[in-house]
Order: sequence, then C-alpha cells, then structure tokens
Amino acid sequence: MDILTKARKRFSRFLRVFFKKRRSRIGIYGPPNAGKTTLANRIVRDWTGDALGPVSEIPHETRRARRKEDVTISNANGDSIVIDIVDTPGVTTKIDYHEFTEYGIEKEDAVKRAREATEGVAEAMHWLREDIDGVIYMLDATLDPFAQVNIMMVGIIESRNLPVVIVANKIDLPDAAPGRIKSAFPQHPVISISGLEGTNVDELYEKMIEFFG
Amino acid sequence: MIQGVQLDLISEERLARLTAMEKIRLILDEVMAGNIVVLEKGLSPEESSKLIEMTMMEINPDGFSGIEMETYPARSASGGFFARLFGNREPTSRLTVIGPANQLKMLRKERDLISAWVSSR
Repeated sequence: MDILTKARKRFSRFLRVFFKKRRSRIGIYGPPNAGKTTLANRIVRDWTGDALGPVSEIPHETRRARRKEDVTISNANGDSIVIDIVDTPGVTTKIDYHEFTEYGIEKEDAVKRAREATEGVAEAMHWLREDIDGVIYMLDATLDPFAQVNIMMVGIIESRNLPVVIVANKIDLPDAAPGRIKSAFPQHPVISISGLEGTNVDELYEKMIEFFG
Repeated sequence: MIQGVQLDLISEERLARLTAMEKIRLILDEVMAGNIVVLEKGLSPEESSKLIEMTMMEINPDGFSGIEMETYPARSASGGFFARLFGNREPTSRLTVIGPANQLKMLRKERDLISAWVSSR
C-alpha cells in the first residue's frame, strides 16, 4: 500500500469513528462455483463456530445474500476487526435452466432455480451498490481470470472505491494457476487459498485485518 | 433466404448522446432480437452494474437466457497526485461486443485480443 492509500484509509477510519459508523459489511463476491459459501462458512466457523449456508457442486446453490453479524477476526499481534460477512449469489450475465437439468434436476425445479438465481444476481448487485463496505473477490484458480464477469465486477468495485482483496481459491486442485490471477489483477492483493482444506486462510485473515480494519 | 446475423456498430458519439438507461435498453432490445452490438466505447462500471441487473430481469425459460459480453481489460487512468489522493482513478472503458448468450461464444481472450464465434439462431 502506498502512502496516499494509507492516508486515505486512516482518514476514512477517523470519519467512521467520529460519526459512529456501523460495522463494515464485507461482501464475498465472484462468479458461480468459485467457493464463496465454502469460504464464508470457514470464516464464520473459525471465528464464531456457526455456518452460513449449504454448499453444492451445482451452480447457484446460493440464491439469496446471507449475512453473519459481528464476526471478530484477530491476529497474534492483537490487531482485530469486527465485521459483518455477507455471502452473495454468484454473479453472471446469463442463466439457462438447462444447465441445472444436466445435474439431474427436474425441469420444473430447474426453471424455479433459474428464476431464483436471476433474482439472486440482481440482489447481489444491489447489495454492492448500497450496503457493502469492502469486498473479497473469489476466483477459481483453475479457470481463466480474464472472464468478462470478473473484469466487469472488479471495475464496478474499483469505481465505488471499495477496498478489495482478491482470493485465488481451489489451489488444492492440480490445474490451479494462481499466478494468472495475480497477473490479471496486479493492482490488488491476491491471496491463494484452498477454502475447502483451509490452506493459507491465515494469510487471508491478516490481509483482511490490514485492508478492512 | 440467406441466413445471417445483424451486427450493429455504435459509435462513441452516438453513445455519448444517450443516458445510461437508454444505452442499456438499446443494448438489451438489440440483443434480445438476436443481434450483436459492438460499442466503440464500453459502458461505465455503473452502467455495467445496471446492465447485469436489467439482464437478469429479462431472462425467461426457453426464451432469452442472458448476454455474452466481451471487452478488453480496462486501462487504468493515469491519475495525477490529486486523482490518487481523492481516489478518482476510474478506468477507461474500451471497445465492447455484446450478444445473446446462446449465439455469441468467446474463443480466445487476451489483454489485447478478443476472438469470438457468432452463430445464427
């Protein structure tokens, strides 16, 4: 972080304290199946003992934003943050119910799931516009980070001046290439993790304390 | 009759005359009619956000399944001292191609190259 960024953060922290602003809401965003709910569950379980929502290999399992309040994250130096974690539906520009029937879901249920998923995406965008103070942007490290939805979403987040930490997830998989994500978004910190196995999440917690504190 | 796909290339000047909602409505109307739209200058982040929301509202089973959209990664604005101080570093938007998700497929995309395949309905 350069000096100006640090100064801006200190100033915004001062304003937050001065005006008694509410806790920061940190949204976990990303395309479908990037591992957002797996990470949200891990964060919430590590620091509160609860869970946020079910996970599935079928895209759009999360179709409503879910919030866990008062999550305190701390490190060995005694630094800590208290945040709300918001797990959001995967953002995309297309949803076809046939995608769900390929997983064995009946047509009627697939259509319903698709309709809920479209509402979920719109809801996620609304949260980002109105109610989110910082973003963890999740990417599947086995996939191309230059996908249009990622370019758009990072642009939207940047335009709102929200602090963002990019997470290269699924590094436990053999095809994972987190280096591609780092080269795609050199302007942001990128932390490589396995949300499923918990690999390197401590580094993510350190970065969250630094960026969202 | 010859099968084909209509391609509309919209200039930066024409886009500049439209409001955000007019742009989004123009794009969605064209794409829902099965056309491909090429914008000389892409949408702002705020417009992109609204386009995603509006697209979700238009999706219906066995009909419109959404959009495929491709653009080059944005160039960061250079931003002088004051722009950096006040966080005004909005990136510049670039040429953008948008089409129906079931007709426009990306073949290859790099920082400076987009290769796409368009099929007729």
